[in-house]
Amino acid sequence: MTTPVEAEETLGADAAAGDSPWQTIVWNDPVNLMSYVTYVFQKLFGYSRDHATKLMLDVHHKGKAAVSSGTKEKVEGDVAKLHAAGLWATMEQP
Amino acid sequence: MKGWRRKGGKVLAGFEQQEAAVLRGLVSQVDDMLRARAQEAPQDELAELTGIKTGPSESPNDPVLSRLLPDFHKLDPDNPTTEDLDSVAALRSLHEPEVLDAKVGVAAVVMDTLPPEGGDIRLTYEQADAWLAALNDVRLALGTALDVTDDMPDELPEDDPRAPHLGVYHWLTWVQESLVQALTE
Repeated sequence: MTTPVEAEETLGADAAAGDSPWQTIVWNDPVNLMSYVTYVFQKLFGYSRDHATKLMLDVHHKGKAAVSSGTKEKVEGDVAKLHAAGLWATMEQP
Repeated sequence: MKGWRRKGGKVLAGFEQQEAAVLRGLVSQVDDMLRARAQEAPQDELAELTGIKTGPSESPNDPVLSRLLPDFHKLDPDNPTTEDLDSVAALRSLHEPEVLDAKVGVAAVVMDTLPPEGGDIRLTYEQADAWLAALNDVRLALGTALDVTDDMPDELPEDDPRAPHLGVYHWLTWVQESLVQALTE
């Protein structure tokens, strides 16, 4: 089901900016609304509607998506904000 | 409740008295659970002096709280590594207080802006964002309690004990969806 190529593409821009070993993963769940998830990605990360929608669809269809990356501290903060918004997020070092 | 609309930099909706009672009841129940969880945080003098709070290191036993406050790593369910377990405990302890504060904060916005008797309400965009998060927390709580799945039907068989509550869940879904639409159109 997964196509790792796309996930890596999402990370490419951020990861290239520096030493950024961690990534934020959002997992699919049966409660969160597609429209709300897209809205949260736009609000929290400043993503365009198109990019936020693409990430939301990845979560929906593939079960998860990498939505941000960076230092451990930055990704911790992103995960905490996503939890505050009610999304199921985790962090990992690929 | 006929849906949210945006007008003059505000977001507006009208709530019937019964709708306000249902929503306020659910928000305050979730708020009670979150506050009780916050009380479980270890109390120490250093934290009181510095104001830097430390949360519990263990995931909540309650499935609703556990969904509202997920682990920071996806643990291997059969054989989690010691490293992951240690990190999950440390990250929860460090970040749970801020997540709880955020959730209690958005619940307070709903309680402050939705009168018990219902009526027309006007939200700033900031308050509307708080409403979205609070509605989501309530839907997560109810969705977890009802064991909602991706292919949940609109109605359950009459003999299913969850049947009467599913209508409330679907109503909350509609209220939240309508608010997202009003904010993004």
